[in-house]
Amino acid sequence: MSHLRIATGAPGTAGPGLGSARQSNRRRRKLEAGMAKGLMLTCTGIITGSLLLILWSIVSKGLPSLSWEMITSIPGGGFYIGKGGGILNAIIGSIYISLGSVALALLVSVPVVLYINAYAQSHSVLVNFTRLVFDVLFGIPSIVYGAFGFTLMVALGLRASLWAGILTVALMVIPILTRAMDEVFKLAPPELSDATYSLGATRWETAKVLLRQSVSGIVTAILLSFGRAIGDAATVLFTAGYTDSIPTSLGQPAATLPLAIFFQLGSPIAEVRNRAYAAAVILTVIVLIISLAGKYFGKRLSRYKV
Amino acid sequence: MSYKQIRLWKDRWSANLFLWLCLFFIFIVVLIGVGLLIKSAPIWKEQSIVHLIFSKEWKPFQGKFGFLAYISGSLLVTFLAVIIGLPISLMSAVYISEYAPGRVRSILLPLIDLLSGIPPIVYGVWGVLTIVPLVGQVLAPRFGAVSSGYSALTGGIVLAVMIFPLLIRILLDVFEAVPAGLKDASLSLGANQWETVKHVLLKRSAPGIIAATILALSRALGETIAVLMVCGNIAVLPRSIFDSVYPLPALIANNYGDMLSIPQYDAALMLAAFILFVLIFLCNALSRMVLNRLERRDYA
Repeated sequence: MSHLRIATGAPGTAGPGLGSARQSNRRRRKLEAGMAKGLMLTCTGIITGSLLLILWSIVSKGLPSLSWEMITSIPGGGFYIGKGGGILNAIIGSIYISLGSVALALLVSVPVVLYINAYAQSHSVLVNFTRLVFDVLFGIPSIVYGAFGFTLMVALGLRASLWAGILTVALMVIPILTRAMDEVFKLAPPELSDATYSLGATRWETAKVLLRQSVSGIVTAILLSFGRAIGDAATVLFTAGYTDSIPTSLGQPAATLPLAIFFQLGSPIAEVRNRAYAAAVILTVIVLIISLAGKYFGKRLSRYKV
Repeated sequence: MSYKQIRLWKDRWSANLFLWLCLFFIFIVVLIGVGLLIKSAPIWKEQSIVHLIFSKEWKPFQGKFGFLAYISGSLLVTFLAVIIGLPISLMSAVYISEYAPGRVRSILLPLIDLLSGIPPIVYGVWGVLTIVPLVGQVLAPRFGAVSSGYSALTGGIVLAVMIFPLLIRILLDVFEAVPAGLKDASLSLGANQWETVKHVLLKRSAPGIIAATILALSRALGETIAVLMVCGNIAVLPRSIFDSVYPLPALIANNYGDMLSIPQYDAALMLAAFILFVLIFLCNALSRMVLNRLERRDYA
């Protein structure tokens, strides 16, 4: 009501002397809006600029030291004082750990997502609580997973190994994967499950239909978690160990790319540090490819959606 | 068994299996908390937890484990990250949600996703290459301070960039939950777009903005590798933002190798992990509950 009164009152107060005051007021408002918009553009510029700056500084520093030998060979004798060799051990180790952990995470995540989207009553206490738990787990930092994985490892009598690394990274990846897939399943039209139920399908059969509907999102979610798994250092620091050879069984320790960067960057020798920059380029390129592939598959596979 | 029985059997068994997997993973949260608590028991049984947190004496060989320097280092870096990151993210999120045309939006959002996909170690390398010299050679001399560049401020800047994507994504969700009718009403009363943002959008989203800030705060608090690389890792109480600090996660990550040779050292580090877990758990649970409520609220 008060708004109305002001609105109707306004013309009455607009005497001839107030015209310029009102005009300057209008100018002030316009100026403020313009400045705000300028500030917004600047802030957006800072954010995109920082992305470009990160990529540029990594690539410009690392590219000169990047060689074919780095990608295709394992560390040779004297590698850590600047002699020949590469970081194939870390590349392979990282890929093993990421593949293993994402596969393990899928075994837990898919059933959980199906349960809360197809089986349980929507918005029941259990569903809301499960979502909350995964949201919270998503926020738990990887160093805590690392420390927990380490205690678990000690309790089970494992030593630092590929297996322990996979297990710990899987713990970190499960919330990421589950939340990403849940987002996709939530988007499935409710008419879809209504239709399957009205045709007499069971919940299991409906779940299969929902799975097919969400394929593109699932692939994107898998690639997202793979990227997160391959780039994380704090989880594998305690659990996967580090070795110069390529692991041949689950019980052996495994080197990882982030740790290869981290350890070599701490070296006093310039050539070793340069190799750390080159390794950072390799990791960044892998992550970018995964990220772009996620976007590509997300678009391509969604052609078959209802 | 008839076909129908098989179908029903499959349905029932999958339901049971999935439910148990679901409950099992909820149980993992409890397991992490209890596991870290048990592992740190040797130290909190012997020394009071208040003393551990508020003492600044860290001498593992003498059995003295005071966390104050580490905790204050963590808080300072986190605080700086949010101070720098929040205004920039907020303005940018407003631009993307209210101003940007569809085409610009569809370029900006993937870029922000790309930023969130960059591994922490790469942020660390970038920090060492770019921000450390910036702080050490440009910013510190300008403010009359002497700094190696490995400082709380460096950590704060790197973390601020790391929390941009998280903040923007959540803020966009929060803004989306503001009903269009409210904004339309404001515009039709003659307010311009910025005034509508200021008086309607931001005011309406205040709880969501606070929740997003707490989430970003907890993300910054737990970040390890990047912070470890740029903060200098000197365990003293920081006097200025140009001093080196030693955040809690860096302490855990840096000492895992030699912690088994000193008694109680591993318990002290597990206690550090437990403190982080509890703090971040509470922050996350609180802000997620606020955000969920906002999203679910229906406006006429």
